Amino acid sequence: MSSLKKVLLLLMLVLLISPLAIAKEAVPMAMDPVLEKQVNEISSELRCLVCQNQTIADSHAELAIDLKNQVRNMVKSGQTQDEIVDYMVQRYGDFVRYRPAFKATTMMLWLGPFLLLLIGLTVLVINLRKRTAVVKDDGDLSLEESERLKTLLESESGQQASSQNASQQKNNGEDKL
Amino acid sequence: MLRYVVPLLVFLGVAAFLLKGLELNPHEVPSPFINKPAPAFTLQKLQSPESHMSTKDMLGQVWLLNVWASWCVACRSEAPLMDQFARAKIVPIYGLNYKDAPSDAKRWLQQFGDPYIANLVDYEGNVGIDYGVYGVPETFVIDKQGVIRHKVIGPITPSILDTCVVPLVKKLQQAAPGQIVTRDSVEGCV
Repeated sequence: MSSLKKVLLLLMLVLLISPLAIAKEAVPMAMDPVLEKQVNEISSELRCLVCQNQTIADSHAELAIDLKNQVRNMVKSGQTQDEIVDYMVQRYGDFVRYRPAFKATTMMLWLGPFLLLLIGLTVLVINLRKRTAVVKDDGDLSLEESERLKTLLESESGQQASSQNASQQKNNGEDKL
Repeated sequence: MLRYVVPLLVFLGVAAFLLKGLELNPHEVPSPFINKPAPAFTLQKLQSPESHMSTKDMLGQVWLLNVWASWCVACRSEAPLMDQFARAKIVPIYGLNYKDAPSDAKRWLQQFGDPYIANLVDYEGNVGIDYGVYGVPETFVIDKQGVIRHKVIGPITPSILDTCVVPLVKKLQQAAPGQIVTRDSVEGCV
């Protein structure tokens, strides 16, 4: 039992310490916080080609670190974000943009979801209209129909409870006429 | 009838896209360098650090630039084939030793074979960035005008060599001055 306790204690200790270990890694590499913020912003726009679902800001792959350093150097030399992104696109292609550019080949990517939404809404509206048409048909009685309902209800009110079934059947039969 | 046909058609459409998706390799990112001039570099040679080689020196001949490193495991699987290919003397192969310690690189060449006319040292990886290298090995096919015509991502296999690289190299070598040959003319490269 005591060994289990020890293990649990150790586990808790590890869990307590591990956030500290992660916190240490996040310390910016350069001292200048303004520069580092800019580098991070631009890096968040660039895809790491080694681990494709991460930006180079998030990735610890060696190439991502190299590219981040490249971004840092370019920011230091006064280049704008557009210039830096263009530099990367020239070398790694459009795929390096974490947010794809809006152009002819990526049109469907950007507009597709809205197109699907539009199709969905259209289908929904058409179906709803159909349904209300059906409900209206059943709900609103014509003058003639309400007259008939009235006479039916009146003729029923005098009858005994035991004959209710029979009258209902009759009722149904008349309804269909 | 329509209420059964429409969902079926939608399903078939989605299935067709997914099926096509199975064949695609997301790690093969199309290179923006195809049919663009190879970025210029001047680099030290691995075996003789006092001498340099630049892309200008290569004008007038078709050549391969093979990016490799001693830490790259996939390069080892490629090595015997590259060795064999180099001995056929179809096209000169130059190595770009990417982010590697020269001593490690030399040892690797002794151990796994040296198919290269010369090896160029890209210690910092800057030339690698200029060429858009993101995975090693990568092999560029460069024509007489210094234009990149094809890029093989990952280790070269016998089938890539037979169906794409060799036919493309031969076409590029036979091209008359001024004639433009692209990889589109070689079925195995597309």
